[in-house]
Formats: sequence, C-alpha cells, structure tokens
Amino acid sequence: MPVASAPAAASDDAFVDFENVWLAYNDELLASNTFAVEDINLKIKQGEFIAIVGPSGCGKSTFMKLTTGLKMPSKGTVHIDGQPVTGPLKISGMAFQAPSLLPWRSTLDNVLLPLEIVEPFRSQFKDRRKEFEERANNLLTSVGLGGLGSKFPWELSGGMQQRASICRALIHEPKMLLLDEPFAALDAFTREELWCILRDLWEAQRFNVILVTHDLRESVFLADTVYCMSRSPGRFVVKRDIPIPRTRDLEVTYSREFTDIVHELRGRIGAMRKAGMDLVQ
Amino acid sequence: MNKKQLERWSPALLLLAIIVIWEVIIRVFGVSEFIFPSPSRIWEQTMQHKAIILSHAWRTFWVTMAGFGIAIVVGVLLGFLIGSSRLAYAAVYPLMTAFNALPKAAFVPILVVWFGIGVGPAVLTAFLISFFPIMVNIATGLATLEPELEDVLRVLGAKRWDVLTKVGLPRSMPYFFGSLKVSITLAFVGTTVSEMTASNEGIGYLLISAGSSMQMGLAFSGLLVVGAMAMAMYELFSYIEKHTTGWAHRSTQRGG
Ligand SMILES: Nc1ncnc2c1ncn2[C@@H]1O[C@H](COP(=O)(O)OP(=O)(O)O)[C@@H](O)[C@H]1O
Ligand SMILES: [Mg+2]
Repeated sequence: MPVASAPAAASDDAFVDFENVWLAYNDELLASNTFAVEDINLKIKQGEFIAIVGPSGCGKSTFMKLTTGLKMPSKGTVHIDGQPVTGPLKISGMAFQAPSLLPWRSTLDNVLLPLEIVEPFRSQFKDRRKEFEERANNLLTSVGLGGLGSKFPWELSGGMQQRASICRALIHEPKMLLLDEPFAALDAFTREELWCILRDLWEAQRFNVILVTHDLRESVFLADTVYCMSRSPGRFVVKRDIPIPRTRDLEVTYSREFTDIVHELRGRIGAMRKAGMDLVQ
Repeated sequence: MNKKQLERWSPALLLLAIIVIWEVIIRVFGVSEFIFPSPSRIWEQTMQHKAIILSHAWRTFWVTMAGFGIAIVVGVLLGFLIGSSRLAYAAVYPLMTAFNALPKAAFVPILVVWFGIGVGPAVLTAFLISFFPIMVNIATGLATLEPELEDVLRVLGAKRWDVLTKVGLPRSMPYFFGSLKVSITLAFVGTTVSEMTASNEGIGYLLISAGSSMQMGLAFSGLLVVGAMAMAMYELFSYIEKHTTGWAHRSTQRGG
C-alpha cells in the first residue's frame, strides 16, 4: 500500500506510532540495502495489547528494540506517547524467554533492581526502601509469589522465575510492557497459568503490551490485535483484530470462535510461507 | 567406612601409601641417602634443622604474600579495565597473552640488575607469575553479560557504571576467588624460583645450598615445606570461595 506522505501530526490517539520505519543493523548492511525490518507502519492505541507472531529471524526482537529506543530507525520515525523516540525509553519494561534473574540477589532484590537504576526512584531508593519493598511484595503476591521474596532465584521453578522476571519488568510502573517469547521455555500447564496472570495484570493496570510469541493460541487468547510478520523482508503482513470479549477465560480457547481465528491465522501464515518458498525457488 | 568417608579421606590414604612404598623401596634396595633419601630420613633432617627451615620458610611465605598482594591489586585493576572496555580489551589482551607465555624465571636476572639480590626480584617474580589468572578471570566475569539482561538494564537508562557495579562485579566474584587459589600456588613457584638464583634467604636458597652440599634430606624437606604452604593457602582460598559466593555453586547445582 502506498502511503501518502502524511505529516507526523496525524497520529493523535496512537500511543505507539511507526511511520515507514526501516532498520539496517549497521552501515555495511545499510549500504548493501539489507534491512532487518522494512517499511513498518503501525499504530497502537493507548492500553492496547498486541501480539506479534512470525518465523524466527523475521525481525520481532528488532521491532522491540525500535519500540524501546534501544535502536534508532535507519529510515522513518517512531513516536511513543506523542514524542519522537531519541534514546532508551524508561517508560518500558522488558522480559524475555530467559528470566535472567541475578543469582546473588533474593527474588525481592531482583524485582527491586530497576528502582535502583531508573530515576526518579534511584535517588529516593535509600529513603523510600520500605515503601518500595512493599510495592515489590504486592506485585509478587499478585503473580502468586507471595512470601517468596526472600528466596533466591535458583530456589524457584522456571515458571516462578518467569513470574519474578515479569514483576521486575513492571516494578517501575512502565506504560509499556514488552515481552519477547516470555513463555516459550515453559511447559503447557505453566504457560496457561501465566497467560491468566498476565491477563489479570493487564486488566488491572492497562499498560500497553507488546507480546512476541510463536504460539498462535497464546496470541489470540491474550491480544486485542495480532500482527504477523514475514521473513526477508521483515515486514508486517497481517493485522487481525480479536473480537473475543473480555475478560477471557481459558475455556474460551475451546470455543468455536477462538479456534476459527487460530485456524484463519495459521492459514494466512501458511500461504505467506508458501509464497516465500516460491520466491526463493 | 562408607563410600563418602572413603572419598573424603582418600587423599590422606594415598599419601600414606606413597610414603610407605617409598620407604620400603629405599630400604629394600639400599638406595643411598645422597641419591634419594627415605621419608624417615627427610623427617629426621627436618627436625634437626627445624629452626633454619622455619626462618627460610617464613621469608618465602611473606615474600610470596607480598607479591601475591600486588598481583591481586594489579590483576583486579587490569581485569576491570579490559573487562569494561572493548577497546582496552582489544589493545591489552593479545599483549598480555604473549607476556604470559614468557617463562617468568627468565626475568630473574633482569630483576637482579634492577633491584639487586634479595627481596625485590622474589616479590616481583611472584607477582609476574600470578597476576595473569586474576586479570583474566575478572575480565571474563565482567564481559559475560547476557544480551537480554543488558537490554533490560539499558532501557531503564542504566549507565555503564551501573551495569558494572550491579551485575559485572558481583558476577565476577566467583571467577575472582577461583583465580586466587590458582594464583597463590603460582606465586609460591615464582618466589622459590627467584630465590634459587637471586637471594640469600628463603626456601629457594635453602634448596640450592642444600643441594650443593649434598644434604639431600634437607633439600627434600625444603620441597615439603613449600608444598605444604602452597597447599594450605590453596585450601584457605578455596574455603573463602565456597563461603562468599555460594550462589554460584548452588545455582549450577540445580542446572535448570
Ligand atoms: N545485532 C545485530 N546485528 C546484525 N544483524 C542482526 C542483529 N540482530 C539481529 N540481526 C538480524 O536481523 C534479523 C532479525 O532478527 P531478530 O529481530 O532477532 O529476529 P526474531 O526476533 O524475529 O527472531 C535477522 O536476520 C538477524 O540476523
Ligand atoms: Mg527474537
């Protein structure tokens, strides 16, 4: 779709706004016109929960880096909350497939880590420590880790570590939560448990969520909008609104409506892959 | 005696067995004391020259600790430098590796020219031989940061310094303590080697003078004493390692 050269001001209600964003990881790649992601145009509303699915290497993590300001686009602009992105955005919290908790810190101290780094909490950390600890404990309780703050990460199961990692991402009350395949390493039961925990956190606080996943059921269960990316070029090729009403219960995943959407997405990704293969041959 | 106890006592038992076999062989074949003294003879000589051995041992000990102390300071600083800056790593590391390949004993004559016979060359040889493992281990601990964790911190506006102090240094502590126990044994090697040619005191000197006067028992007790000191220090640092960075052992024990 040809995008008319619309002025940047057009995007009033979008919280995340990508306009013709291209990224090459370095100058060499730029010179040879090799982009990790191409021509991203995307508007995400305030408080929206989106999911991104796509094959590995298609640029999902790259998209996360652009959204958080860890990478600057080679072409195009990214606006977050009306402001152009110029550097790392501390209104975001991130969690990944590996919980990457620090083993020498207790779970509570791990969750508190961002407050030791990000302003304004950083300079208040010593004085308000009690208050911050209480906040961290409340957060831990809300994900089912009440009373486990003094445990060390290695004393927790994989699912519990991932919950703590999500708490760490949320402790500074970010406006945007970025999750890069956070549940990929967990077993099916634990994963569904964590879906519900994430759903409840989001429904309570309504921050923006960008969830990268390989699991179509996960994306449909959790997100308001599912985007599919294609590989080489890394582009957003499908946008699908998920009209299933909230609050969604796990039961919904067995409903006709749910499975139809999952099937539809699978079909579209399959068609896209086939087209890609034809192109290669 | 169950299996676990057996395992625990196995080094002592093996040592005992070696001593017994050694003693037996020497006696059965009637090997001359001037070629290879028996354990009982070494023990006799050790007792006989107790005072002398002790004073030489003390000298070797403090000289080694001085060199080792310098090695810790320099090793930590250099390790911190090259672990926290890619440029410094690229510049320093290849040179350090080349330096490490040089036999440190070869420095002794040069050090003698600069500092004369005595403490100077011994301390410096101990230092030169033992700082490398400390440096490398600190640098490794600092440099291995998972990319995800780096993103988590960088997005919060963490400065390099934050990442170093909150993640890098604590992470490198097990590596650091691990390197200390290796380094301390190297430091004893350095001191002894240097004392053999560039000192009138210390176990190295004792070894040379005992050898040249054919007092083989005394020479062997010199070896015994350095070995005992090095091993005691090794055990000490290994104890400190276990009790300061327990998380490193426990978190790997679980293994997922
Ligand atoms: N630091 C980097 N330098 C150069 N190329 C990179 C870098 N990170 C990722 N890429 C490339 O960008 C593309 C997208 O990668 P990524 O965003 O990690 O994919 P995904 O997260 O979807 O698996 C891949 O082709 C990958 O090789
Ligand atoms: Mg990825």
